[in-house]
Amino acid sequence: MLFSQIGYYSLFFGLFFSFSLFPIIYKDLKINNNIVSKNIFINVLLQLIFVFNSFVCLIISFVKSDFSNETVYNNSHTTKPLFYKISGAWGNHEGSLLLCLLVLILFIFIFLNISKNQPKKYQIFTLIFQQIIIIGFFLFLLATSNPFNYLFPNPKEGLGLNPILQDPILAIHPPILYLGYIGSSIIFSSSLSAIIQNYVNDVWAKNLKKWVITSWFFLTIGIMLGSIWAYYELGWGGFWFWDPVENISLMPWLCLTALMHSIVVLSKRSILASWTLVLSIGSFILSMCGTFLVRSGILNSVHTFANDPERGIFILFFLFILILVALFIFFVLYKPQKEEKNFFLLSKETSVLINNWFMMYFLSVILIGTIYPIFLEVINNEKISVGPPFYNKLLIPFLVPFFILMSIGPHMQWIKSSFKRINKNLIFLFILSTIFSFLIYNEIKSSGLFTTILIIGVSYLFLVTLRDLFTKNNINLSQRVSHFGFSFLILSIILNGIFSTEITQNMKVGENYKFNNTTIYFEKVSFFEKENYKSVVGTFKIIDNNMKMYLKPELRVFNQPEIITSEADIKVNFFKDNFLVMNIVKGDEFYNVRYQTKPMMLWIWISTIILASGGLINFFVKKKYEK
Amino acid sequence: MYGKKVKLRILFISLLLITLILSVFLILKSLEENVVYFFSPTEIKNFSEIKNEKIRIGGMVKNDSITINSNKISFVITDFKNEINVIYSGSVPNLFEEKKGVVAEGFLKDRNFLIASKILAKHDENYMPPEVKEALEVE
Repeated sequence: MLFSQIGYYSLFFGLFFSFSLFPIIYKDLKINNNIVSKNIFINVLLQLIFVFNSFVCLIISFVKSDFSNETVYNNSHTTKPLFYKISGAWGNHEGSLLLCLLVLILFIFIFLNISKNQPKKYQIFTLIFQQIIIIGFFLFLLATSNPFNYLFPNPKEGLGLNPILQDPILAIHPPILYLGYIGSSIIFSSSLSAIIQNYVNDVWAKNLKKWVITSWFFLTIGIMLGSIWAYYELGWGGFWFWDPVENISLMPWLCLTALMHSIVVLSKRSILASWTLVLSIGSFILSMCGTFLVRSGILNSVHTFANDPERGIFILFFLFILILVALFIFFVLYKPQKEEKNFFLLSKETSVLINNWFMMYFLSVILIGTIYPIFLEVINNEKISVGPPFYNKLLIPFLVPFFILMSIGPHMQWIKSSFKRINKNLIFLFILSTIFSFLIYNEIKSSGLFTTILIIGVSYLFLVTLRDLFTKNNINLSQRVSHFGFSFLILSIILNGIFSTEITQNMKVGENYKFNNTTIYFEKVSFFEKENYKSVVGTFKIIDNNMKMYLKPELRVFNQPEIITSEADIKVNFFKDNFLVMNIVKGDEFYNVRYQTKPMMLWIWISTIILASGGLINFFVKKKYEK
Repeated sequence: MYGKKVKLRILFISLLLITLILSVFLILKSLEENVVYFFSPTEIKNFSEIKNEKIRIGGMVKNDSITINSNKISFVITDFKNEINVIYSGSVPNLFEEKKGVVAEGFLKDRNFLIASKILAKHDENYMPPEVKEALEVE
């Protein structure tokens, strides 16, 4: 009760500091020096402290199970373990928005602190744009989704957190994803500021690159955590379903990836400035669109958030203003500087452009696939869904040229390159990958020509990036690590797709089922009472190609709220996961049993970490060879 | 030098346009082929012909309609006006229960019978697919 009040009024103080900032900025802009006034720092710091305080108050309310707070009442329960009480604070709509707001302020605070060598006006205008976004979030929070609503009479018990969200990975997944989404807000604000200040140049690009990489890093890890969760919790045995919510996180990722490449060109060669600006504005708009589509309930997916049309309209309005402002600044105020004229077809610049084309193509496929159903429903009330076949058909064929170009591209030189650089080594690797593809072809026998070509392409890329990784010099280490991680990821995904097997059967206790070389024995079920759920554990003996193992999938019957979740049992091996999940269908006689073998799963996660860590390396390795 | 630059520009822009047109064409073409339409049991009853394409049907699982044996599950989807029989072999989601909302994806055999290849239910005890809600509200 007390903490809810403190948290609520802290928010108002936070908002107050947004407005009090503007007179200070106005005064500071008049002073003709190159140092941002101390008062501005203090103001932003105070704002940060108040919002942080508000967030801590929300967490305390959750920990103390203060059900006079509506958010706590809706999402918590006294019997919930402490860990999930804490993570429950940001596992819901109101709390997650508060967290977003906190991250927005934290990032601008960090930005002000590390950009002191940048022009003063550029810093200040970035702050202004960021504050506009912050005020938008404040108003949104206070007007439509206040986390501190008071309930009277005070309920004795809360409604509980959706059990499917009671999971350690899902506790950290949202904050990390938000760091990625919100990180792009800095890119957005500083791009607009750079346009106004006529500061779109190589120095700016170098400074902004850090933010692009930070945002990209968190987004990558965030998406990966979401996938891991979907893999073991949803029990579908996959890690990517082309679900609208997943697509929405992938779109800014693709945009940021493209931006990360084009910004290098801008920082090294001072070209592609306009394109880089489009990408930086696009990344943030895509992140915001994602929030809009998810929060408004327009998209319907596995993630069920509480939906409220009013919220949707607010975000739509806010988004509309942001896009309008961005377009106005970009088209009216932007004065492109003269770019260098010598641009040769065979150069690193071209290869980056090609990368960007691919990214934009992938992005537009996903964008259309995600929003087309919405348009169709609005226009003629037909309801459709766009599933994996659509994406597979449109994305996979383009992967082959993408792989080939990605293995050649990084070897190009700036300005002008020649084909001489493609040496015998690369041809040798190509032959090696053909052999590899042949071996796989032998293994699966019934495979189309296209699969073979795809495998040749990806294994070639894999070998080339692997070779590059062990090049002795220190140039572009982070790029080489990331490229290696990416090729490894794609290789794992493709092998996983080709070699996955699945058996689904309805079984009674004591039965066994044989299919090809696999026999499943359903030995017994046991029942346990746990802290806030009843647990039903099945014991299965699996003999898979003479390998014997026991798998114990679990069903959790929660009573607050009343819901059943199934926990798959996964035997993680070096090259193959064995995945078993069971479900009650009706009564307790038959269980629906699903056994899958999923090769390379472990490597999908590891390679994603390698991919992301490439970005981190960029911060730590001193680039000796840079001028 | 200048001439070369202009040539490059033209090449660049035309390439861009070609890729753009090509990708839009490709995307729209495969959208046409790969979307799955959603219907309620009542809409199915009013079909003039049964097409051989994948569809989704949403509604409630009728009370006492689930029967199960070792490799098949059959049940009835209802929107309280019309019903449709569904037969399915494969894995079912956690929240597949009688008197709960469900979406089945598959091929129609006739107006009363669907052979499902996928069953979807959502992860919330109160959740009802928006399509189902609408189908139920119409009455």
